[in-house]
Amino acid sequence: MSDTPARITERESYIGRSVVRPQTARLLAGRGVFTDDVTLPRMTHVAFVRSPHAHARIGAIDTAAARALPGVIAVVTGVELARVCDGWVGTLAHFQGMKSAKQHALAIGKAAWQGEPVVAVVAESRAIAEDGVGRVAVEWEPLPAVTEPETALDPATPLIHPELGDNLVFSLELKAGDVEEAFRQADAVYTDTFRMGRHTAVTVEPRTILADFDPAEQQLTVYHAFQAPHMMQDILARHLRLPEHHVRVICRDVGGSFGLKVHIYPDEVAACALAVLLGRPVKFTADRVESFVSDIHARDHRVRAEVAVKRDGTILGMRVDDLTGIGPYSVYPRTSAVEGNQTVRLTPALYRFRHYAARLSVVLQNKTPMCQYRAVGHPVAFAVMEGMVDRVARELGLDPVEVRRRNLVTQDMYPHTTQTGYFFERLSLEECLDSLLELADYRRLCAERDALRARGTYRGLGLCGFVELTTPGPAFYGVGGARISSQDGCTIRFEPSGTLTCMTGVTEQGQGTDTMIAQVVATAVGVPMEHVRVLTGDTMVTPYGGGTWASRGAGIGGEAALLSGKALKENILKVAAAILGGEPMDLDVRRGAVVDADTGEVRLPLAEVGRIAYFRPDTLPKDFQSELTVTRHYVPRHQGFAFTNGIQLSHVEVDMETGFVRLLKHWVVEDCGRIINPRLVDEQLRGAIVQGIGAALWEHCVYDDQGQLRNGTLMDYLVPMAPEIPDIVVGHVETPTAYSEGGFKGAGEAGTAGAPGAVLNAVNDALAPFGARLTAQPITPGDVLTALGKL
Amino acid sequence: MDVSVELALTVNGVPVRRRVEPRQSLADFLRYELELTGSHVGCEHGACGACTVRVDGTPVRGCLMLAVQADGSRVETIEGIAASGELADLQRAFAEENALQCGFCTPGMLLTAQEILRRNPRAGDVEIREGLSGNYCRCTGYHAIVQAVLRAGGVREKGQP
Ligand code: FES
Ligand code: FES
Repeated sequence: MSDTPARITERESYIGRSVVRPQTARLLAGRGVFTDDVTLPRMTHVAFVRSPHAHARIGAIDTAAARALPGVIAVVTGVELARVCDGWVGTLAHFQGMKSAKQHALAIGKAAWQGEPVVAVVAESRAIAEDGVGRVAVEWEPLPAVTEPETALDPATPLIHPELGDNLVFSLELKAGDVEEAFRQADAVYTDTFRMGRHTAVTVEPRTILADFDPAEQQLTVYHAFQAPHMMQDILARHLRLPEHHVRVICRDVGGSFGLKVHIYPDEVAACALAVLLGRPVKFTADRVESFVSDIHARDHRVRAEVAVKRDGTILGMRVDDLTGIGPYSVYPRTSAVEGNQTVRLTPALYRFRHYAARLSVVLQNKTPMCQYRAVGHPVAFAVMEGMVDRVARELGLDPVEVRRRNLVTQDMYPHTTQTGYFFERLSLEECLDSLLELADYRRLCAERDALRARGTYRGLGLCGFVELTTPGPAFYGVGGARISSQDGCTIRFEPSGTLTCMTGVTEQGQGTDTMIAQVVATAVGVPMEHVRVLTGDTMVTPYGGGTWASRGAGIGGEAALLSGKALKENILKVAAAILGGEPMDLDVRRGAVVDADTGEVRLPLAEVGRIAYFRPDTLPKDFQSELTVTRHYVPRHQGFAFTNGIQLSHVEVDMETGFVRLLKHWVVEDCGRIINPRLVDEQLRGAIVQGIGAALWEHCVYDDQGQLRNGTLMDYLVPMAPEIPDIVVGHVETPTAYSEGGFKGAGEAGTAGAPGAVLNAVNDALAPFGARLTAQPITPGDVLTALGKL
Repeated sequence: MDVSVELALTVNGVPVRRRVEPRQSLADFLRYELELTGSHVGCEHGACGACTVRVDGTPVRGCLMLAVQADGSRVETIEGIAASGELADLQRAFAEENALQCGFCTPGMLLTAQEILRRNPRAGDVEIREGLSGNYCRCTGYHAIVQAVLRAGGVREKGQP
């Protein structure tokens, strides 16, 4: 610390700065440690016999040939595994009437989707385990598959789980205002049915888990590519009947998550149960084909929407009917009903009309289970709402921007409660719209589009506004009985050298959580960022927390870090005052030194505080005890969610001969409250937008009527690659939440929330001169040509 | 049933001799036999590019090549190429542009980017995007990756190391 300047008058803030993520150096050198990279002594590998049928009774299982294979250690059926592992039911108590069937780690009696794990083969290598899988003989008795949500509730449709009485998982009716009256007063009513196809998250790192059980200590240690380690700890402890503190879950580097890696998967629980059964480490890594039939799928909605409007484009009221097919089980423990619930509640949220009625039906199918993927429910809600707004504009010959302006919730309305009960503290809908139009030079693009049309080039512009539900409070899962932490903690340990080791309950899967936390802590305490080391993802070390999902990392984890950092600083100042013989309030911590608060004169380097507090406390007053490890927790108590908002614009060109859509450029202006690291926020947005674009144009889990997935490889399930993706321009508005000290909100879902609607609207804008319009995604060239009447 | 065959090759400059099963992919061989876990396996069918390594100077997909096919070859992985300093400017540009989030696709991206710039340090946006067309990234949206490659190319062109 010899180079410490003698006087430091400014407190340094890292908040709002695009600092480089320190931990990327490891990843860039090939030194990341992903779960599949971990190897343990006596490690075994498991592979699964998966149901080849969408729906089938499981008859006799012959495992003898597999067991006889050299290198095979165990072959385990569902009945055998259930002896050490209890099944589960994915319902939430506050979703009235919700039901789902009991699910087991390995299917018992019946398989309910193609890909459901049925028998586990444990062997010395993955290859041998797979050989073993090929030698297990199962007597299947195929049953009729229920595939179409539309007919799932018909009396003629077989019941997937007869014990439930029907194929209805959850239904909901919402009513606000007087919708009938609104429709009576309307000058016009427009109706459309939107179909949002099934797709999946396709993280580049497949799901992976490595479970290690020590029978002597009864200790289960699990390495897991996962987003919520404490949730997994709780679940494994309860379902494997182990004391909670005997289960440790470690999430090191995680290769993308997006909500995919926050659910309970039977094959992963099976790997843990097998480790307990065998007393040896068991690793499971899904291969890509397995991923396609066993990772959660997403969306799969059919939404019928009706709007009642005045001639000037004012929306008077709206009716929505959402039907969604979720596969054979509601996924544990978050449930597959949350997606539809959020869809119907978010749909009208941007606009101020008060008359709204919605119906939701969540039904079973014999397809891969559907659950929460990035921006749960949002993209469906806003593609529908913004699609209807564009329809209104087109039918009435109005400007889509003007129709939005006429209906948006305005600045003078906050705090505002939406038609469906969501509370908006303060948003910036109009400001984001204005800012987007300017950023994109929207009017010029419109003029250019019109000019090109005359020359036979068909371009389109599509707007899609959105709100994003972030930083969920305790009412989200807690009241429904799911043991998912809505609070998070941050522990900071002051080291003798004056550096800080920080442990947080929120986790890192590439968002830059650890950088964001370090920025907040360094700012709060007053040290250079290089002096902060952040540890995440280890239930034995980090404070109890929910992990990273629903864009809760900054809003909850960031706030806990801020509170913890401030508390630590106070304690540092107490020690310094004890050393220096003054008052803590006359001192401050700046750039890693204790300084005189008024003059900035350096009084003590932090290393000196550490040396004395830890090694020479004998030199301090007898009754003084230093407290240089501090923990603070945070739970958002004041609002259900810290809502954020924004708007996107997509610019496309459609080839009317081939039906191909070319993306030209994409813009977003969003408001995530106080920004901690602009570059990280930009990249969250861009990544999320590309996931939304994928859903809009390419990504689709295609099934046949037998419930067989027809495109289970990356060769025929199309994900966006670099050449198809346009430049994405990002702009910001900052409206910090006043309910927390940091004012941070989330940013992870925003891109995915608005992109599909923007692309759909842009394509429809390009098709408008032909009177053609699409309301289904993905938008394939075939769909475009069909809409044009050419196919 | 020992059908393993002997294999001799150089990996990151070090001679390696092993007995392997003929069916083992080069990616699995590097990851599980040699514990070089920097090249990742995302799809095992040649679609994602996460497993990219260099064999005799050319980028290949480690999942599409069998280990036995690399007999006698010079194989380089991200660990070796990063350690040699060859990628230092690209790594810096990736860090500065935040051209990686989870980092799972990153080793393959870096090796591919290096090849793009080796062919043409002046590669522009379109050429870079075409060059990256076999590498799948789910986190970034590609924008930052393209910017990082452009930045590194620009520096190389000016003749700086
Ligand atoms: S793992 Fe080799 S290309 Fe995907
Ligand atoms: S950074 Fe996560 S896949 Fe590319």
